Amino acid sequence: MNGSILEIKDLKISFGTGEKKASAVRGIDLDVMKGEIHSLVGESGSGKTVTSTCVMGLLPEPPAIIESGTIKYKDLELLSLTAEERRKTRGKEIAMVFQEPSKYLNPAMKVGEQITEMLRLHLGMNHSEALKRAIEILDLVGLGGNTRVLSSYPHELSGGMKQRVMIGIAICCNPSLLIADEPTTALDVTLQLQILKLIMKLRRKLGMGILFISHDLAVVHDISDRVSVIYAGRIVESGSRADIFESPRHPYTRLLLASIPDAAKRGRKLAAISGRVPDAEHFPPGCAFHPRCPLAEDGCSQAQPEMEKIREGHSAACFCLSKEWTE
Amino acid sequence: MKFLLFVLKRLLRLVLTVLIISTIIFFVIRVIPGDPALVIAGVDASEEEIDAVRARIGTDVPLGEQYVSWLGDIARFDFGESMISGESVNKLIYERFPLTITLAFMGIILGIVIAIPLGVLSAVKRWSFWDYFGMVFSQIGMAVPSFWLGIILLLLFAVRFPIFPLFGIGSLKHLILPAFSLGFARAAVILRLTRASMVEELSKEYVITARAKGLTETMVKYKHALRNALIPVVTITGIQFGYMLGGAIIIEQVFSLPGLGRLFLYGIYQRDFTLVQGGVIFIAVVFSLVNFLVDVLYSVINPRIRIS
Repeated sequence: MNGSILEIKDLKISFGTGEKKASAVRGIDLDVMKGEIHSLVGESGSGKTVTSTCVMGLLPEPPAIIESGTIKYKDLELLSLTAEERRKTRGKEIAMVFQEPSKYLNPAMKVGEQITEMLRLHLGMNHSEALKRAIEILDLVGLGGNTRVLSSYPHELSGGMKQRVMIGIAICCNPSLLIADEPTTALDVTLQLQILKLIMKLRRKLGMGILFISHDLAVVHDISDRVSVIYAGRIVESGSRADIFESPRHPYTRLLLASIPDAAKRGRKLAAISGRVPDAEHFPPGCAFHPRCPLAEDGCSQAQPEMEKIREGHSAACFCLSKEWTE
Repeated sequence: MKFLLFVLKRLLRLVLTVLIISTIIFFVIRVIPGDPALVIAGVDASEEEIDAVRARIGTDVPLGEQYVSWLGDIARFDFGESMISGESVNKLIYERFPLTITLAFMGIILGIVIAIPLGVLSAVKRWSFWDYFGMVFSQIGMAVPSFWLGIILLLLFAVRFPIFPLFGIGSLKHLILPAFSLGFARAAVILRLTRASMVEELSKEYVITARAKGLTETMVKYKHALRNALIPVVTITGIQFGYMLGGAIIIEQVFSLPGLGRLFLYGIYQRDFTLVQGGVIFIAVVFSLVNFLVDVLYSVINPRIRIS
């Protein structure tokens, strides 16, 4: 028993076929432990949303093709379940919080109904049981004592309240795994912190594992136990929060960290990574990062580096891990 | 309180609408050639006889005076007497209106019953047989004039296969063919809109949430998406209903139904000024009231629009 509730192995996902084929995810290994927040960090187009959508079982096939890999949730192999079996795990076992609550909540349905319909469907509760539970949920997400929220429509709530409702919907069936896809990106900075605190509190209270998808390193630093950095459909570095933020080894991770503006770097020029993220139809051969990498050597465009263990729990995929790094 | 204010505002608008329409109709009907006094007195009448008729029906006084006194009448909800038959216009409308409104209601209900399910099905199963069927149906519906459809339906289902009566009133059966001719074109419009609206809603983000919640596809489509998709459909259906009152005039002629349409049509032929004026204002008021009801209904089903 290793305590992992989600274990992704060698996941490969592509879109389209022939000339137009785009390999969005090219062999990802990722796991989330019980009660852990594991962040998947990358720029847009890196494959992080495709990965999380695939775990939810919401990837439209076609155009998406899952070429290989396994996704294990507890003892279930998700990719071999039928569509109906997967539906039953969604919301109940594996839940998801989305980026923009104002778009992801149904505008024509009262908040109460958006919560209770799940309880009635997944847990077979009757109307009054579900209503009682919905009030408890509101309390959990910090909207307690405000039962008026249940009879409100989403547009009648503030942005922060909407995201709390969104989280409430996700946790109402006590899922073991929560996928949070940029849940704070659309919010004001002051609200971001509140929502992050809420997510951490709920993780403690409910003991669920969280796969946290983000491009915002500051947010990731605040919330994560472990961090995996994804670039061009592959994990390039993975480790504990301290590993990644204090002793990053992959050039991409190092450059990403150098590009965060913070008080300590005031007055110095902010680093930006030269070049741009390649799109999935034209990933460079070899290590996909080599055209932008300051350490790149001839071999980098020839072969793809595999994940190399640096120390227990920390690994990176780069041929030049031993090279001197100067900023 | 807000609602009361809303109603008051709409009433004021209604009064303004009636005032403008009454002015237009009053002068337009008098500008077109034809004099009711000549119709009543007949071709052989002498000047004196014609003048006598004019004096009786009130067209001998100056236009402005006629207009003001008529406005005074409609302010008291009195449309006066028919110039030709001398009967009260209110009574004539009251007798004919139930048939026309029943016809319009049946037409719109037939339209809804055909259009909404087919539109939803077209959107849910895009590019399937049902979608193409719906497209062909709405193309035909929009292209075919309702009077022609009425004649064809009569030939088919009253003459060739005598399932329905050829003319007359008295039962619901008499109204099915006319209601269908009237509703067919409306169904075409409602169908297109339902399909477009449903397709749009199905691509929205909250549908992804609904799936992520593990809801069944039936719930995702018919509980979450459909509820939003029907919001614009209600408005359009309401407006279509208003148009049906006008469309009924032609259909009543095709099916020889003694409704409002025929009443007003003969009024126009005979230059029965008071009847035509009363009829136009009556239709305008009904149209406005229908629009008002649609707006109220819209605010009920669309939580984002609250009457203010």
